Amino acid sequence: MARAACWVAGVLVAVFLLAPIFAIVPLSFSAGSFLFYPLPGLSLRWYRDFFGSDFWLPAVWNSLGIGLASAALATLLGTPAAFGLWRMKGRFRAVAMGIVLAPMVVPVIVVAVALLLAFGPIGLVATHAGMVIAHAALGAPFVVVTVLASLEAFDPVQLRAASACGAGPLRAFFRVCLPQIAPGVAAGAVFAFATSLDEVVVALFIAGPAQRTLPRQMFAGLNDTISLTTTAAAAMLVLLSVVLLAVVGWLQGRKKAGGG
Amino acid sequence: MRRASAALLTAPLLLFLLVTFVAPIAAFLWRGVTDTEVAPVLPRTAAALSAWDGRALPDEAAFAALVEDLRAARARDRQAGGGSIARAAARLNADKPGFRGLLPMTARRVEAPFDGAARAVLITISEEWGEVETWGAIARAAGPLSSFHALTALDLRQDAAGAIRAAPEDQSVFRAVLLRSLWISLLVTAACLLLAWPIAWLIATTRGAAGILLLAAVMLPFWISLVVRTAAWMVLLQREGVVNAALAATGIVDAPLPLMMNRFAVVLAMVHILLPFMVLPLVAAFRALDPRLPRAAASLGAPPWRVFLRVTLPLCLPGIGAGCLLVFIQALGFYVTPALLGGPNDQMLAWFVGFYATRSVNWGLAAALSILLLVAVGLCVALYGRLAGFRRLGAA
Amino acid sequence: MHRRTMLKAGLAAAALPATARAQGRDLTVVSWGGAYQDAQREVFFRPFQQQTRNRMLEETWDGGIGVLRSRIASGANTWDVVQVESEELLIGADEGLFEPLDWAAIGGRDAYIPEAYSEHGVGAILYSFILAYDRARLAQGPTGWADFFDTRRFPGKRGLRKGPKTTLEIALMADGVPAAEVYQVLGTPAGVDRAFRKLDSVKADLAWFERGAQPPQWLAAGEVTMTVAYNGRISAANASDGRNFAIVWQNNIFTLDTWVIMKGSPNKARALEFLRFVGRPEIQAALPPRIPYGVTAKGVNERLPAEVLPNLPTAPQNIQTALQLNDRFWLDNLDRLTQRFNTWVSR
Repeated sequence: MARAACWVAGVLVAVFLLAPIFAIVPLSFSAGSFLFYPLPGLSLRWYRDFFGSDFWLPAVWNSLGIGLASAALATLLGTPAAFGLWRMKGRFRAVAMGIVLAPMVVPVIVVAVALLLAFGPIGLVATHAGMVIAHAALGAPFVVVTVLASLEAFDPVQLRAASACGAGPLRAFFRVCLPQIAPGVAAGAVFAFATSLDEVVVALFIAGPAQRTLPRQMFAGLNDTISLTTTAAAAMLVLLSVVLLAVVGWLQGRKKAGGG
Repeated sequence: MRRASAALLTAPLLLFLLVTFVAPIAAFLWRGVTDTEVAPVLPRTAAALSAWDGRALPDEAAFAALVEDLRAARARDRQAGGGSIARAAARLNADKPGFRGLLPMTARRVEAPFDGAARAVLITISEEWGEVETWGAIARAAGPLSSFHALTALDLRQDAAGAIRAAPEDQSVFRAVLLRSLWISLLVTAACLLLAWPIAWLIATTRGAAGILLLAAVMLPFWISLVVRTAAWMVLLQREGVVNAALAATGIVDAPLPLMMNRFAVVLAMVHILLPFMVLPLVAAFRALDPRLPRAAASLGAPPWRVFLRVTLPLCLPGIGAGCLLVFIQALGFYVTPALLGGPNDQMLAWFVGFYATRSVNWGLAAALSILLLVAVGLCVALYGRLAGFRRLGAA
Repeated sequence: MHRRTMLKAGLAAAALPATARAQGRDLTVVSWGGAYQDAQREVFFRPFQQQTRNRMLEETWDGGIGVLRSRIASGANTWDVVQVESEELLIGADEGLFEPLDWAAIGGRDAYIPEAYSEHGVGAILYSFILAYDRARLAQGPTGWADFFDTRRFPGKRGLRKGPKTTLEIALMADGVPAAEVYQVLGTPAGVDRAFRKLDSVKADLAWFERGAQPPQWLAAGEVTMTVAYNGRISAANASDGRNFAIVWQNNIFTLDTWVIMKGSPNKARALEFLRFVGRPEIQAALPPRIPYGVTAKGVNERLPAEVLPNLPTAPQNIQTALQLNDRFWLDNLDRLTQRFNTWVSR
């Protein structure tokens, strides 16, 4: 009896979680221009609008470019850092961990305003470089956390064996450790990419019109007129998220298989 | 050797974050406890007021110093076009409304040389120079350290003599905003806990496809952009949106309901966005729970509510705490969702930080409000550290 | 080997934006978004880019002198040409936020109507704040500002522009102050209190818009029963979206927007080229048919089709009862009243 009630409640919550998303995606295929059901017919006109506009397509390229560059930077910095943190002990580790995880905890509005004031005088506002740096800082903790988690399954004895064979610590890391934690690193990179793809507040404050990302352009669209083109953009972002989720799922499956 | 190489590997990221994250934030927050706009423009006045007790008008020396400062600043501004008087006036105006006009106007009027006491001339230019608090505002802004912004963020004012009291009714807003932010976050956290419990329990205890489907229902929205989810709620809740159209079609309501631009919409969308952060730690806690323990309690004759209160709940408490704090911390800093779905009195602290930083040149106040926000978040993190230990923050 | 190439690719991706940046910033023009900026894009921005074969970026803002102040003071300004409202022009010029305008480079003073001249900017459009409602929802519509505050006869939300400017004037006119005396009354503390008291009486029914695109959108969605709006956007919604919105011209508030060049802009020459282009009468003449705002170059009105003229704020029957926005008053009082307004509205 109690379990049945639990099921009813659980399914209702699942519906609550999914309904908004399933409500918005079909609208983008509407042949009309209203934001409610039933649809007057199906068409791709809003997608034509999306790909034909001066704003949406550049936003897609900006999102992908900034996302890839910042994920690359975050992974490049985050992977060795995670390895270092994994081998560290004591007070210094706690402090370093605090700094590394801070971007996950500090409210993003504070980051956005601080970066606006810091980047302004040095000419990094309204540049792609500024956006990449900011998003890399926000994405790096996710890389560190994911790589640290995959290091849990790695046996440090192998490193000692490598050094006994005469390999230096860097060499040991690259040759012995990295291949084994590669799925974790890749998952971390995907997390960092997803963080950049999702981020809108920093973009609101430090991006110029030439750096507008997809969510930033959507924010502008929501502020102005919610057209069905905005729902088409939303549907594209949903699709991208599903792809990313699938990639992470696949990577985690690989990791488990690799770890035995 | 080993420690050195570990430090070396961590160094690039730490350096990167120190330069691009820690330093900018520290520099920004520093503005909340300092005052640098007025002293460079009115250095002599600030010096003349440094020993002033603030009980009666300052003496002639201060008036003369102000005249001299304004002449020098005006000459500089004319030459370099720096607008320093306007900026000092903006800062003083934040303390005592009226300064935005008063200071540039006075600077224009005292430019030409005059005979007689500066005091008499200034008070003829404007009676405001005959008020103690006008001078108090300059003294408070003389810096370099200042409590002015922090006090403003708490709806407090300091008078010229140093006494601290509540800000006038029509200028107090920030305590209400802080309470509102805490209240909305608390509401969202409670709602998330209530909704997350059954689905987390099912995910943790159901084997096979059903459990995986439920987990997918939580993970999918978790991965979808916050802006997209906020947009979805806008589409649903609009006056001519999905929900109202459905309600009208089924004849439940005659006129469309105002579902957007209010507190309800903000809380609803925030719960939707933050719910996965509650579900996932709860699932972890339920999975770690040894199912034999509640069964043992039940077999010893404890009624179900007693089993729940005495056995299940205490064992899950770390997971509950983790979920609650994760949700609460994130809710406190929300910006986009209230901005798009809320009305003017549903905006939270973050909105005011953004407002004072980009729509009103008041970075001191923006920084002080940020400090307030960070203190609230910091307390939560510390509490979390106490409850669960820091190691799990990463895992969640 | 494989790892090396990956590393290199990562580095190249990170370095790429930096090289892109070294080429300098494109001219950035900032306007008011929505139907108005859509029209500007067709009439001004696209032809200008085609003619000069140079990229131009556009941005949207929703006003506020504080935004311009913050941009200049933080050193993070990336805007070149901005369309500002009348009191923003005065305040910004006074505080050195704008470059002085080289009138010779944009065709000289004589090419424009006299109202368009100022030392730091050139007039862009003449427009009015009017009262609008949807005839499809309200057969017997309001006829003046007093009806705007009559929630018994006209229940439902009303849209007002967020900020004290126009809001306080409207409150006083609704409270029975004749248009000619509005600024006299508003100049006294008692007058300001009176305006806020009037607003208090319907506070729960007010919705605040920040962007010009919102009022027609809210009317269309039925979010508001009636709203303050920019006249051109209401006409544009009627023309392009097939709406049946009504404009009440009684006691409309009439004003002028101006193009300015931000202080220290690295694209000054391009900015002047842009202003020269949008100041040509044959270019400007294409704007009012798309969105009925008055334009500022001499010799445009002769080129306009006759059916456009009665929709312009400058038409005699429209300007008859209009209140001209007093930019001098707002120069002196904007900050003080904005502070009070913000506190009032967020409580």
